[in-house]
Amino acid sequence: MGPFLETLIGGLMTGMLYSLVALGFVLIFKASGVFNFAQGAMVLFAALTMARFAQWIPQWTGLSDKLLVNLLAFGVAMIVMIGVAWLIERLVLGKLVNQEGITLLMATLGITYFLDGFGQTLFGSDIYKIDVGLPKDPIFLFEQTFQGGVLINQEDLAAAAIAAALVALLAAFFQYTSTGRALRAVADDHQAAQSIGIPLSRIWVIVWSVAGFVALVAGIIWGSKLGVQFSLSLVALKALPVVILGGLTSVPGAIVGGLIIGVGEKLSEVFIGPYFGGGIEIWFAYVLALVFLLVRPQGLFGEKIIDRV
Amino acid sequence: MTTKKIGEVILDVNNISLSFGGVKALSDISFNVREHEIRAIIGPNGAGKSSMLNCINGVYQPQQGSINFRGQTFSQMNSRQVAELGFARTFQNLALFKGMNVIDNLMSGRNLKMKTNLFQQALYLGAARREENEHRAFVEHIIDFLEIQAYRKTPVGRLPYGLQKRVDLGRALAMEPQVLLLDEPMAGMNVEEKQDMCRFVLDVNDEFGTTIVLIEHDMGVVMDISDRVVVLDYGKKIGDGTPDEVRSNEDVIKAYLGTTH
Repeated sequence: MGPFLETLIGGLMTGMLYSLVALGFVLIFKASGVFNFAQGAMVLFAALTMARFAQWIPQWTGLSDKLLVNLLAFGVAMIVMIGVAWLIERLVLGKLVNQEGITLLMATLGITYFLDGFGQTLFGSDIYKIDVGLPKDPIFLFEQTFQGGVLINQEDLAAAAIAAALVALLAAFFQYTSTGRALRAVADDHQAAQSIGIPLSRIWVIVWSVAGFVALVAGIIWGSKLGVQFSLSLVALKALPVVILGGLTSVPGAIVGGLIIGVGEKLSEVFIGPYFGGGIEIWFAYVLALVFLLVRPQGLFGEKIIDRV
Repeated sequence: MTTKKIGEVILDVNNISLSFGGVKALSDISFNVREHEIRAIIGPNGAGKSSMLNCINGVYQPQQGSINFRGQTFSQMNSRQVAELGFARTFQNLALFKGMNVIDNLMSGRNLKMKTNLFQQALYLGAARREENEHRAFVEHIIDFLEIQAYRKTPVGRLPYGLQKRVDLGRALAMEPQVLLLDEPMAGMNVEEKQDMCRFVLDVNDEFGTTIVLIEHDMGVVMDISDRVVVLDYGKKIGDGTPDEVRSNEDVIKAYLGTTH
């Protein structure tokens, strides 16, 4: 029982992070119909900015209070991500309004490689550390219930709590503020949204900024776990099956999809892996996504596409 | 019944021509709209009625001609800028925000009237909350007016067609427009729903003094409620005047009833 629970919880934690990245995809796709391949590059770029400024700020100013430095670095990284959002709207997407989906996808592919490269030009290509003071020590739970108890990483626990809080915050923002309402309106119908005076370009900057914010949080969590390096950008590839599973247009779908894939790949690795010889974790998510494409192409929570003939 | 006074010309459409590739959708159309009047644009299928409305609304940019509204001339504007001038519209094929409930749909119509910024809203500061409440009160007033109290919290995608049309009108009204553009508000409705919609259009015109430009297919309805009528056929204007004048116009009769050659 112990090992099973440990695997399950470990999977949930990883899944939460997949969800965060997938959330960025879904936000942008809903509001602008753009499949943003660059979400992973944004995670990397945001994490790099955060990591480097957390290093530079004490050097430049002599500040030594870690919390303050981290907060400042976070603020700088957020401003940078808003700048990135604004530039992307100005220079790329704003010029491509009403183009085919494939054109937009190619544009985001371009943005991906630019951000990957430009981030390393600016900030260097070493492995950097982000230390926001997440607790590192593992703890044992349920030691009385069964033998050996369950081993849990405190860092994972904190990360999951942050991710959950972020999702709740975003949901509230979308549901209860007038800007959130405008975002949902644009997601539902561009034409109608324009006719009631919602400025599309401003909305897109906001959406990309929110996606940048999500990327930043995801980047910090991954970065403090594994270090900030180029491979962070590849996290996005794990988020692709998540959005296919959950549905490209559904925020709850991104969360549930992330959890399912996180848990699924860990459990299959540990319990089915031995019969196959391991390595399931690498392809599990993609096979699951493939099955979903065959059986339920709109995903778990996506809108069913009905063509009227 | 009506005590309204029809005022000056506020909207002047001059020599509008619009083509899509080789297809001439509109050629050299001119007409005007007076304050507080109900102005109808009618014509057979494919006459260019919706194209005309889309030009006024900024969805299409006409190749020639200009539109003058209260002294401001424009021909190259997008929908948002036109909305800022005080135009609101409804859509022939409903374009509601289907996933949102009735209140949110109408509240989104208040977008241009909202003044608080993103950060005030995100932190849910007093100003943002106060503003939200004020606009909510206005929206409730429209909900009462359109008699859709029972559906406040229903996602509009689940409402029957006739009610969705009403919500579409409600969203436009929430903008407090000076000119309301209605694209076939009664299309696809049964007799009873049509009567309801007619009543609402007349009441809007009467109570709020809103100027209304309306496209309609159904001759009967139009003749009953409009003050003046423009008739289009194959992208050309073939008649303009009061319902009685239009009814006795030879060209209009030909266009609608066909003619023997």
